[in-house]
Order: sequence, then C-alpha cells, then structure tokens
Amino acid sequence: MSTLLAVAGVSKRFRGLLAVDDVSLSVADGEIFAVIGPNGAGKTTLFNIIAGVYRPDGGRVVFAGQDITGLSPDAVCAAGVARTFQIVRPFPGLSVFENALIGGLSHGGAIAQAREAAGDTLRLLELWDRRNQKAGSLTLPDRKRLEVARALATGPRLLLLDEVMAGLRPTETDRMVAVLRMLNRERGVTLVLIEHVMRAVMALAGRIHVLHHGATIAEGTPEAVTRDPAVISSYLGTEALG
Amino acid sequence: MIATLLKATPPRARVLLALLLCVLLVAPAFADRYVVSVLVLVFWFAYVGQAWNVMMGFAGLLSLGHALYVGLGAYVSAALFVRLGIGPWAGLPVAILASVAVGAAVGWLGFRFRIEGVYFALLTIAFAEVARIGFDHLAWTGGAAGLFLPVSTGGGGAWWNLRGGPVFFYYLALALACIAFVLCAALRHSPLGYRWLAVREDPEAARALGVNVFRARMAAVLVSAALASVGGVFYAFYYNNLFPSQTFDVARSIEIILAPIVGGLGTLFGPILGAFILTPLGELLIALTEKAGLNAPGTKAVFYGLCLIVIITLAPNGVWPALKKRLGIPQEEA
Ligand SMILES: Nc1ncnc2c1ncn2[C@@H]1O[C@H](COP(=O)(O)OP(=O)(O)O)[C@@H](O)[C@H]1O
Ligand SMILES: [Mg+2]
Repeated sequence: MSTLLAVAGVSKRFRGLLAVDDVSLSVADGEIFAVIGPNGAGKTTLFNIIAGVYRPDGGRVVFAGQDITGLSPDAVCAAGVARTFQIVRPFPGLSVFENALIGGLSHGGAIAQAREAAGDTLRLLELWDRRNQKAGSLTLPDRKRLEVARALATGPRLLLLDEVMAGLRPTETDRMVAVLRMLNRERGVTLVLIEHVMRAVMALAGRIHVLHHGATIAEGTPEAVTRDPAVISSYLGTEALG
Repeated sequence: MIATLLKATPPRARVLLALLLCVLLVAPAFADRYVVSVLVLVFWFAYVGQAWNVMMGFAGLLSLGHALYVGLGAYVSAALFVRLGIGPWAGLPVAILASVAVGAAVGWLGFRFRIEGVYFALLTIAFAEVARIGFDHLAWTGGAAGLFLPVSTGGGGAWWNLRGGPVFFYYLALALACIAFVLCAALRHSPLGYRWLAVREDPEAARALGVNVFRARMAAVLVSAALASVGGVFYAFYYNNLFPSQTFDVARSIEIILAPIVGGLGTLFGPILGAFILTPLGELLIALTEKAGLNAPGTKAVFYGLCLIVIITLAPNGVWPALKKRLGIPQEEA
C-alpha cells in the first residue's frame, strides 16, 4: 500500500510548552490509524498541524505526495483532508442540511452537487430526519454525528476524527464504529482517529500511535501496543486491559 | 433562477409579496405627493438596508460606515454630471468602481491584519470620517459648501439624466428595492451565500470545510459597497444637493442600518419591513413636530432609539422572524 499521509519530525511549541515533540508517522492509503494518549499529550495539536491550523516549528507534512506544510486549512481541505473538531463546532444558526451543504460545496462549488453530497452523508450518519432542524438545537451525540457528516461531505480521501466517540453511549459508539468501518471499506476513505474509547480503537484501528507529553512512546498493532509496558504505565493503566 | 427562488418561497409569502407589489405599483395614482415622497424614502432605505445586510446579515461583518459607499456613489456620479457633463448612466459604473475600490481597501486592511468584530466596525467608521473630512476640503466637488445638481438640463429628460418628477423617482426607487431583493435572495441561496453564512457562524469551522474566509469576506464587502453605491447615485439625483457633513455622517450610517436590524438581520424581508416601519413613523414625527411649531432636530434620533429599544425587547431577532411565525409561514426546508 502506498503512503497517503506522512508526518516527518513535526514539533509545535506554545510559549514554553513543547506540545508536539518531533513526531513522525506515516499512514497508508486505505488504512485506519489511531492516535491515543492521555489528555494534554498533543493529539489535537498534531491534528491542527496536519489540517493547517498551526504551522509546525519544525518538520513537514506530506499528503498524497504533496507537501502541505503550512498550507491554510481551506487549502488542506481542498487537497482532500477533512477534520472534525474535538469540541464540536456546528454552524448553530443554520439547519443540519445547510451545515452539510457547506461541506459539500468544497468540491467545485456547484449547488446541485453539494446538495447531493449533503443528503448522502446525512443519511449515512442517520441525520436525514433532522435535516431541517437548527444545528444549535441538536443533542451532543447528534452534533458529533453532524461533525462527521459535514467533514465527510467535503469528499475527503483522508478523514481526521478527533474524539468523535466521546460522550456517546455504548450503543451509539457501536453505530459510529459501523459507519466508520463502512466508510473505510466501501468508500476507501483513510481514517486517522484520536480516541479514548479503547473499545472503538481496538475494533477499528489497524495500527496505533501513542503520544505522551508531545512525544511518541509507541507505535504498532493494537495487540503490541496494549502490551507495551510504557503505554500501560503512562496511559492505559492496568484496568484498561480487562 | 427566479423560478427556483419562487419555488423556494412558501405559497403564503408568495401571495403576500404579489399583493404588496400590486398595491405599490398602483399607489401613485391614488396617493398624494407627500405619501409618494415618503414611499420613495421607504424604498430607498429598504434598498440600502439590503446592501448593508449582505455584510452584516449574511457574512457577519459589522459596518458602521456604510454612508461611505453611498456617499461615494453620490459624489462621484454628481460630480461627473455637474463638472464634466457625464450623465448618471455613464457615471454609474465609475461610481460603483469608486465604492468597490474603497471597499477593497477597507476589506484588505481589516481581513489581512485580522481586525475583527468591533475593531472592524471602528475601521469602517474611520474610513467614512476620512471621506467626510476629505470631501469637506475638496474644492472640485464643492467642499463643505456642498455640490448642487441643476434641477433641469436641456435635453435628456427623465430617464436619460434622471431629471424626473416624484412619480418617476417613485418607480425608480421601487425598481431598485425589488432588484436588490431578488439579487440578495439569489445570492443567499448561491454557493457564495452559503459560504457567507458559514463564515458568519464560525470562521474556523468554515475554513476547515474548505471555505476561503478572506475571499468570502472580501466578496461580501465588494457586493455590499457596489449596491450601496448605486443607492448613492439615486440619492444624488433625487435630492440634487450633497453636503459632506450629512452624506458621510455617522448618523447617516446608523440610519441605514436600522431598517435591517429592526426588520431582522440576515433575512431577505427584514430590510423591507424595517423600512416600512421606521421611515413613515420618522417622517410622521417630523411632520408633527413641525406642525406643533417645535424646532427639535434631535427628535428623530431619539425616536429611532426608542423604536429600537422597544422592538429589540419584544422581538430580539427582528420583526420579520416574529411575524413569519405569526403568519404561519414555515421555515425553508431542504
Ligand atoms: N492554542 C494553544 N495555546 C497554548 N497551549 C496550547 C494550545 N493548544 C494546546 N495547548 C497545550 O498543548 C498541550 C497539548 O494539547 P492538546 O493537543 O489539545 O492535547 P490532547 O488533544 O492530546 O488532549 C496541552 O498542554 C495544551 O494545554
Ligand atoms: Mg484533544
């Protein structure tokens, strides 16, 4: 499989704090890749670097052979990378449908095409019945779903998912897992997910990357990573393995 | 395009709209001169309110200096006419270009250097103030003493030189208000319109979805400035006199934005409804104070302030959204 996303030695410093410390990873086309680590490990900051919100202090981000380091978020999106926000950011005053429609405008900008993409992703995320509701009036699980639907409507090759399972009940988590697996298998969307819900990570991810204090402490298959003593002591603890 | 817009309009709104338009089309045959002149003002404020609403209501950019674009349109077209004998139709594109160029400067400064919210509003006021002072000292356009258009010119006539009577200006203003409404409705449902809404709601989320926020905001300023400029051309040829102290005054900028705020920000009917509410009441008040022999120039401002307080308290989103609910006009559906 060819490499779709290559992050090479990126770092990001906020004043004194080294939030991301020389992180390298590589995601293959069609893979499901998870990034885990305790709160404050730098996971969201890493996403923000890939998505163009922050320019890294060092290192490079290459997507589909193109150097996207330092591109603006809209240019990164146009290149084929979509992201969700850990703290969801729906357009509250617009309808659910309009939210998704705006994502759909990103390829080319024809309304008819955008409507189609919006309708498609809303059905997929089971939000079609709520399409005329204001996004601001949705419950948290529905907002999480809208966040995914909207990002998906941009037609990405790579989808960055930042804790989309957080706050979902176990049954809802299972549905989200099923949707993500379907996206990956049937539509070939490559997924990178930041996730605390280990059940979802184990069910989806082919490989896991573990961050701690901004730095990589492990990377490998779910089985290998969950047995790694460094990972257990810094993040998983002993009970998480049960 | 108009057909799809009509289809998107709920039937009840369509009927109301058609009725209103019919009444307004025949009104000059029945109404007296005074009523006609008040309606011209209503249409004019509906028009410039629509222009301002593109920036604030659609793209979330607060401009408190919109008198600048209106005033530039007025001054450029009037000066070309008085000084160089260039008629309003030929002057129109130049006037639009002038306003758009200044709008581009405001936008570039604001968006390039991330001057947001209240600070952006201050920037728009600053530009309007600079224009006011500049035109005060510009002898070519009459300076502080004002610029006057000849009431009648030899040839040309009503249409060619915009030298008609009240009824002529009535239909012209009505046409402007209608054109602005249709144009804004089309924009609102265009890709650009949706990008504006996204930027208004959350610029960072919009960016993540591929929206070039700078470009969307810039487009809003340019469209708004161009529309406002046309309103200025009308203003100059309707009133025939221009003074920098009035044309570019902050009070004028405020007056422009009241109708869309009262009517409902970001709505298409808001600016129209707001103008129909505020302008006649304001004019009535002027007439009453004059009749009572009072000379109180601040009355209208105080009155507008009171109106604003009452309406914002009763209908915080503006009159149109509240009225829409009352009339049973449903939300737009996908
Ligand atoms: N914009 C910012 N300014 C300053 N510090 C930040 C900023 N964003 C994140 N941080 C800090 O960087 C560290 C990593 O944060 P984050 O990437 O959000 O962690 P995670 O997503 O793994 O929980 C934290 O200590 C956080 O406080
Ligand atoms: Mg995070």
